[in-house]
Amino acid sequence: MSILIDKNTRLLVQGITGNEGLFHTQQMVAYGTNVVAGVRPGKGGEWVLEGKIPVFDSAKIAIEATGANTGVIFVPARFASDAIFEEADAGLPLIVCITEGIPVQDMMRVRNYLDQKGVRLVGPNCPGLLTPGEAKVGIIPGDIAIPGNVGVVSRSGTLTYEVLYALKEFGMGATTCVGIGGDPINGTNFIDVLGMFEADPYTEKIVLIGEIGGTDEEKAAEFIADQMTKPVVAFIAGQTAPPGKRMGHAGAIVEGGSGLAADKIRAFEAVGVRVASHPEKIPNLLR
Amino acid sequence: MKLQEYQSKQIFSKYGIPIPKGRVAATANEAKHIAEELGGRVVIKSQVLVGGRGKAGGILLAKNPQQAEQVAAQILAMEIKGLPVRKVLVDQAADIETEIYLGITNDRAARKPVMMASAAGGVDIEQVASETPEKIVKVHIDPLLGLRDYQARDLAAGIDLPRDQWRTFEQIARGLWQAYKGNDASLAEINPLVITSDHHLVALDGKMVLDDNALFRHPDLAEMRDLDIEAEAEVEARRHDLSFIKLDGQIGCMVNGAGLAMATMDIIKHFGGEPANFLDIGGGASSEKVAAALRIILSDSNVKAVLFNIFGGITRCDEVARGIVTALGEVKTQVPMVVRLVGTNAEEGRQILANANMITAKTLADAAQKAVAASRGGSSL
Repeated sequence: MSILIDKNTRLLVQGITGNEGLFHTQQMVAYGTNVVAGVRPGKGGEWVLEGKIPVFDSAKIAIEATGANTGVIFVPARFASDAIFEEADAGLPLIVCITEGIPVQDMMRVRNYLDQKGVRLVGPNCPGLLTPGEAKVGIIPGDIAIPGNVGVVSRSGTLTYEVLYALKEFGMGATTCVGIGGDPINGTNFIDVLGMFEADPYTEKIVLIGEIGGTDEEKAAEFIADQMTKPVVAFIAGQTAPPGKRMGHAGAIVEGGSGLAADKIRAFEAVGVRVASHPEKIPNLLR
Repeated sequence: MKLQEYQSKQIFSKYGIPIPKGRVAATANEAKHIAEELGGRVVIKSQVLVGGRGKAGGILLAKNPQQAEQVAAQILAMEIKGLPVRKVLVDQAADIETEIYLGITNDRAARKPVMMASAAGGVDIEQVASETPEKIVKVHIDPLLGLRDYQARDLAAGIDLPRDQWRTFEQIARGLWQAYKGNDASLAEINPLVITSDHHLVALDGKMVLDDNALFRHPDLAEMRDLDIEAEAEVEARRHDLSFIKLDGQIGCMVNGAGLAMATMDIIKHFGGEPANFLDIGGGASSEKVAAALRIILSDSNVKAVLFNIFGGITRCDEVARGIVTALGEVKTQVPMVVRLVGTNAEEGRQILANANMITAKTLADAAQKAVAASRGGSSL
């Protein structure tokens, strides 16, 4: 069992004919994900992956034809916010945006619009979702995780892989892994996912991977104290990051004395969340 | 990307915000000519991208063109917080009655832009915010609707602005919102916005920070980037589309992914070392990119060891390994290197590096400990 995606996911891939889109569609299909449609304006009527997946001109037509219920976006940053608006207007309740580098003001408009419509967005600038053994939506390598009872939520990409891999080495698996992305404005936050894991009967413990910048980890700590019964283990990246410098992710920056790793670690420890000193210590803390 | 004061004020002016008469000069002689044109007292302001210019002596008054020349020469010879002054702004001096703050920025927690005003302008607004937050009035702007007129009036009333100034203040607030929106700024700030002795509102100082991710929409603004303020290695890194930040430690790091790069720096510190840099080679990096990254790391003479931590996903470990071999063929170095490859094509990568005389590691902790030991000269292969 899982959250957000499973065997019943019917996936639409926006930007399916691009290099990244096609490569990862192949990977998702190989993993067993039910990819039902692709979208690329101007290429409607074509097929990809040896005629297995039909391509449509718009999300609306694709959904009408295939009954897609989840969208994933691989289009370049300058077109990505439009792709999100398109999928939301076409009626998809869950959209995963992998694209990195979307302008912040675009994302503010997107997020405020989606909140009014009640559409869930995961990302942008994220590795996507993986429910081991059932489906993957995005770019998380499938072979680094096994099914299990740990829910994983992370602001990072490859660091998430590191953690999944460390869990696997210890024989631990995941219900679902959710990469929420490293941008300052994103669709889904830690507390949204923590709430879903708390409600999911198959998730018994949770790993949260945060990083410097913003106050989402502090809010997560509050939420854990108030609303959660399941144990949570955390890791925070960026303890050595200097203030005022953006550490790769647009959201990972220490500004005006806030967003420090030390504050986040303190907030978690204050509510009984154990914080790993480095990623490979996480499996031990979960025992 | 930060803009200089004169660039920010030029943009403000396009959106109908009143600014002082003035121009930018690169030489003392130019400054003198501008002062002659303006007539009367002028203020000479160093154009560097750091705060505290005034306190450092980088903003001075001049009574006449001769003095303007003298003062400009003095300021142009300065370095402020390590940055050379290459330009000065020569502005007509204003008779200031009141100093106000007006700014707009992204509130990431509210996921909306926030416009802020304060009657306590002129000084460090962050200090006002932390010590006397009640002196700052805020309105959140719906990004889909834009700034409403009543919100601008609420700000004016909130800072007890005289009523006869409300209409002009509203225009300035609207202009600032449009400058922020129209240029994809993450910060647009007027500090101070002054009321002059003859009751005019004027933006005396201006600051804008632009969203790097949106510069594709503003090629004219992208050209304004001031390369002086960045370390040479950082400029070189951007040329290769690498995310690089120089730090002061001894262990160079090459990692794929920003979060993992930060975690790698942290674990180096955890085992008693100091990272020399943050470097994210990004997803799917080519061997050319890896080679460029290694050259940049090795150009720092403080680097006593290099740690490669590659978790292959989109990035293929064999491709990274080829890049390392290429770079080592070009750059002769005695610096010990520790490499950890996991994930896509890790085995192929390890074979490529088998003859490269590198220290290998299986786990992240093992890699960090070996790098720390190697940086102290205590390595064994």
